[in-house]
Amino acid sequence: MNIIVCIKRVPDTADAAVNIDSSGKDIVKDRLTFDINESDNYALEEAILLKEKLGGTVTIVSVGPPECEDTLRMGLAKGADTAIRITDERFTETDGFAIAEIIKSAIKDLDFDLVLTGCIATDDGASQVGPTLAELMDIPHATLVTKIDVNNGVVRVHKELEGGLTEVFDIKLPALFAIQTGINEPRYASLIAIRRAAAKEIKVLGAGELGIEEVSLKTKVESLFRPPVAKHAEILQGTPDEVSTKLAQILLSS
Amino acid sequence: MKKIFSLVEHRRGEIPDVSYELLTKGRELAKQENGEFTALVLGHNVKEFAEKIKKEADRVFVVDKEFLKEPNAEAYQIVLSDILKKESPFLTLIGHTALGMDLASSLATSLNIPIATDCVGIDIEDTGKMPVLLVTRQPYNGKLNAKVSFAAGSQFMITVRQGAFTSEQGNLSGKIIDIASPIEKEPDYRKFIEYIEAVVGAVDITQAEVVVAVGRGIKEKENMSLIEELANSLGGVVACSRPIVDADWLPKDRQVGSSGKIVKPKLYIAIGISGAFQHIMGMKNADTIVAINKDPNAPIFNEADYGIVDDLFKVVPVLKNKIKELKAS
Repeated sequence: MNIIVCIKRVPDTADAAVNIDSSGKDIVKDRLTFDINESDNYALEEAILLKEKLGGTVTIVSVGPPECEDTLRMGLAKGADTAIRITDERFTETDGFAIAEIIKSAIKDLDFDLVLTGCIATDDGASQVGPTLAELMDIPHATLVTKIDVNNGVVRVHKELEGGLTEVFDIKLPALFAIQTGINEPRYASLIAIRRAAAKEIKVLGAGELGIEEVSLKTKVESLFRPPVAKHAEILQGTPDEVSTKLAQILLSS
Repeated sequence: MKKIFSLVEHRRGEIPDVSYELLTKGRELAKQENGEFTALVLGHNVKEFAEKIKKEADRVFVVDKEFLKEPNAEAYQIVLSDILKKESPFLTLIGHTALGMDLASSLATSLNIPIATDCVGIDIEDTGKMPVLLVTRQPYNGKLNAKVSFAAGSQFMITVRQGAFTSEQGNLSGKIIDIASPIEKEPDYRKFIEYIEAVVGAVDITQAEVVVAVGRGIKEKENMSLIEELANSLGGVVACSRPIVDADWLPKDRQVGSSGKIVKPKLYIAIGISGAFQHIMGMKNADTIVAINKDPNAPIFNEADYGIVDDLFKVVPVLKNKIKELKAS
């Protein structure tokens, strides 16, 4: 079972304040920490679990700047065999479609049975690369995948639907699955593995190697702005003691 | 004439709200553009649905085949791609749902149509020459909005977030048109097996009057007791957002949100939850909403009645004691 995992390095914005930069089209990134996208981390773990069970290899691919190599090295430390970083000046402005085209050109000649991605990136939230890449590669796919059972070239897939319902279906390999969080328990790499991974080579591919002359964008962010607020909470002001007293009074009087 | 299409989803005999929202939005945009609005219904024995929605559109396209009984994205793609190739609509709207996420990006790619996903706003601006299509999206978990434009073209696709638009009943008298399917059975690479129902747990959070929900901000499993104690002091139940279930700190039946439970308690307290829309969908109809979060721009504060912007670890223990004191006095 040879598996390709597409991973994205994203700013951690779940718990941090997000501010718009001077271009008005991007966010201020210098005070944010970056790490592997949450659902991609589950996809990576799923690939390593499948490899441990069925044999084969795990190749991780990421499009991004040199700092991406930290994320890729962590993937190698956890158990991936090979890492590819795709980078080019021509790839600075992209969208979901462009990223899928770029990744396709890098993996189309690899020997694989399965491609895994996360089901949503926490930065753009588009959930687009997985299904787009599957279509470009002409393989079946499913998103929001919460369980994978491989059996003789057919995968029994569990997919999360609305309201806690699960859909079960069979998909023929080769296929692409966009993995939902919670499918497994992502591991931490040991210090020894991290040290070993530091010495491993990461293959770097540019537009030239991939035969891409220019990236065609299908969509473009024109501006970022704070969501207009219809109703904002009444913010209680004061020390923890003061706000707790106020809130306790509100809660118990209603 | 500009054609606008909306896909009407249905599963197990029910049409979700988002489909009615898309029917309303599609109809509005078609009217604004002097265009024609078409609703698409794929399924088996779906005449009843077609009748039900014929007021909503100028035309209702029905593809009725046994293999379309369950919404299978790969089968839908083959059928829809055939229709969209023949009809070349200016705009196709699909819900950003579990089905829409499988279907839309792949379908748009196969037709070489630009697509924007999970949109909360759609505007067609008349610039004099070509009408310009712009959408609003919510990147960074709803912390920001983005205006997004498309590459030049004559056909576009948009997936729309549930609840982004309101639905109103239409007063058109749509023509129901049977459309032939290019295939007679589902493709052999994706075969539906079954549905598995949500697990029913010991505590039904949908019945509770007070729900204290916890999210990523709680950081460690050991800290969960803080939330339990607060819930106890208020006679409420503990619920959570997705990351807590992913970490296995609470069972799935405690998850509030679009893929979990929809709750409407008298009081909902969100602690360490930033308020991604998937969570908001599950709790926005609570009578009173309180949020405690350290990020003043967390979207949860746009839903809440009362907010505390501070570290939950500083506030929650004190709050629990204050409630106990007040109750005792």
